[in-house]
Amino acid sequence: MSTVFRTIKDVPKEEYFAPGHRLCAGCTAATAIRQILKAAGRDVVVVTATGCVEVATSYFPQTAWRVPWVHVAFENSAAVASGIEVAMKALNRKKKSDEKIHAIALGGDGGTFDIGLQALSGALERGHDFLYICYDNEAYMNTGIQRSSATPYCAATTTCPPGRLSAGKMTQKKDLVAIAVAHEIPYAATACPSYPFDLMNKVRRALDVEGPALIHILTPCPTGWRFDINEGIDVGKLAVMTGLWPLYEVVNGVTKLTVQVPRREPVKKYLKGQGRFKHVGEDVMKRIQERADLLAAKFGLGPVRQ
Amino acid sequence: MSKKLKGWKEIPMGVMITEPGNSVEFDVRSWRTYKPIIDQIKCTKCGMCWIYCPEAAIMIKEDGKYEVDLSFCKGCGICEKTCAPKAIMMVKEEAV
Amino acid sequence: MKRLGLSGNYAVAYAVKMADVDVIAAYPITPQTTIVEKLADFVANGELNAEYVNVESEHSAMSACVGASLTGARVFTATSSQGLAYMHEVLFIASVLRTPIVMANVNRALSAPLNIWNDHSDAMAERDSGWIQLWASSAQEAFDTTIEAFKIAEDIQLPVMVNIDGYIVSHTYEPVTLPDQEEISGYIPSKPMTNRVSPRLAYSSGVVGPPEYYYEMKYQAVDAMERSRQRIKEIESDFNQRFGKDYKDINTYHMDDAEYALLIMGSMTGTARVVAESLRRKGEKVGVVSIRCFRPFPFERLAEIFKGVRCVGVVDRAVMPGGPSNPLFVDVASALYGMAERPVLQSFVAGLGGRDVPTDEFELMFNKTKEGARTGRAGPCVYVGLRE
Repeated sequence: MSTVFRTIKDVPKEEYFAPGHRLCAGCTAATAIRQILKAAGRDVVVVTATGCVEVATSYFPQTAWRVPWVHVAFENSAAVASGIEVAMKALNRKKKSDEKIHAIALGGDGGTFDIGLQALSGALERGHDFLYICYDNEAYMNTGIQRSSATPYCAATTTCPPGRLSAGKMTQKKDLVAIAVAHEIPYAATACPSYPFDLMNKVRRALDVEGPALIHILTPCPTGWRFDINEGIDVGKLAVMTGLWPLYEVVNGVTKLTVQVPRREPVKKYLKGQGRFKHVGEDVMKRIQERADLLAAKFGLGPVRQ
Repeated sequence: MSKKLKGWKEIPMGVMITEPGNSVEFDVRSWRTYKPIIDQIKCTKCGMCWIYCPEAAIMIKEDGKYEVDLSFCKGCGICEKTCAPKAIMMVKEEAV
Repeated sequence: MKRLGLSGNYAVAYAVKMADVDVIAAYPITPQTTIVEKLADFVANGELNAEYVNVESEHSAMSACVGASLTGARVFTATSSQGLAYMHEVLFIASVLRTPIVMANVNRALSAPLNIWNDHSDAMAERDSGWIQLWASSAQEAFDTTIEAFKIAEDIQLPVMVNIDGYIVSHTYEPVTLPDQEEISGYIPSKPMTNRVSPRLAYSSGVVGPPEYYYEMKYQAVDAMERSRQRIKEIESDFNQRFGKDYKDINTYHMDDAEYALLIMGSMTGTARVVAESLRRKGEKVGVVSIRCFRPFPFERLAEIFKGVRCVGVVDRAVMPGGPSNPLFVDVASALYGMAERPVLQSFVAGLGGRDVPTDEFELMFNKTKEGARTGRAGPCVYVGLRE
């Protein structure tokens, strides 16, 4: 039976993610990783795709990881994790090793939604017993804020800048959890480090399940989204409170909301607080509000506070 | 003050770092402009600053008190922003 | 000991089975597919206790192999042509991460145009990847070289590519003698290797190498390849003694008193030798040299073999457009550059895209090489068999 994280007392004190990494001050991905590893424990191997987390935590000769860690390339964290998972299975079966190691593949939105989607799909379809975590800062942040297919509607990035002829990214964000669930995996969920107990419980549940699991974590980025470095947790809360980032899990195909929002915040409050949306006018805000309303209807969230 | 860099015979084989968590040697103190001060009277020991800190710069001492480890704090101020009883205040670092 | 009629591909599959690998990453591509199909049968019937992963691309095949190899497991995959090209970036990574992966590459031409038949362009495109490259020219050799590959890979901690010519070796059935399982198990015991992803160690692998360190980290793999020169000789010598073989990094035919010779790789060697034999009967002082270990390139022994030889015709089964010449020629020319007296080198291209190279074309190559020996000068590259 897995630990249920209800209060701060339930959270292990061990820090498997050491300080001294080079992630930006106020990076909520760092917060997310601390929380993930507290829920996952020592017996894991974290396979990380190229990106913010990989580069900032493994700059030779320093590593922030206190658990086994591997980086191979950008698009293949799911494939590398697959290889590790089957190898441990073979070694255990052939009595060459008695170690039990949970394989966790960790990729950013770039390394998951775009270049990493093939390897992810393959690993999910093959049914490996592993956990895929996508930390989503909604752009290729490590290389200087370029657009990914996870960049939300009308957000500004360097490769979809607003200008005379454009209003930023003109397409909607891809639904990663829906893609994962289409592979008929036993567990998928969304999370946000602003809701630590929800996140940690989901990591625990995902690791406990037999077979592939996916957690899609929204990790607001002060550098790329352009807000003050002390606001990351609050921005995450607003994303959830507007209904734009519903927190739910899908267990064997059945969707369940895990954090209810009885009174939603208007999306205007969320968008006005981020420089990447500063070019956005009333009509775009209205469209984004409609999308939040759609998501609220889908997941049974409350009405917008007036 | 430069450290002598290791040669190819001295570093581990296979692009590895064999000392887990040795990033603690990397000095991030110069990153910050402000540092957090915790008012222990106002602090309710809810632990949220600790769970939200991106750096693991907040420690829980033996006696249950929450304290900032200034060797690891980058001064982001998330702890101050998320502290419900307003027990944390970001103050400007002394000029060097 | 058992004697079976096996194709080159099946011989590789049997070697992988007898090596008791732990993980196989499988993705099909002609003409390697029957290797992974045979292995699938072995695993499905319980004859091989391994995890068989049907990856969704060759890039993921090599990625899964790297991950699996880091645990200390014995790992294998097979590919050809476009598949090898697709995993290109991971090959370099596998080498510097020092993962002892064994891969069979069934040589097939690189697109464009699409072509499923044999040439060496696929392996040549990966000569810089830091993989050890061995070349086998018969089904028996395919079996033996694959077994050796596991020994070499795990000794030096570098990945090894075993090349066999597509269709010509991969699909031709020949008698293959398989040693007993105990002999193979004694030679390459399936013992646990260091698990670099063990929580007991908590190592970080594949870290960022900034400018202050990349050079040294890369050099470690370069050094390993250099050290492998001697080790491969020692391992091969031991293998020959154990199994009654006579494998060498370079195979020579009638080279003791040769005045001119062809240098070649892969299965075309067989035809070259048949033609050389008939020329010898006519009194020609001709020989054939074939390279079996291409990386590390055996430049010292090559220089020794060519002492006193007046002209060497280098036969490339791949092109290097815009280069000083073609891949094998360029390596040979560099290898012989330091000799006090160098043979004339004549460049040939033959057999691209599976084009058959019949005996009369070999006669043409020998004659042209003889001319180089006589005049002391080489002509421009001869594209043998090219229609204008």
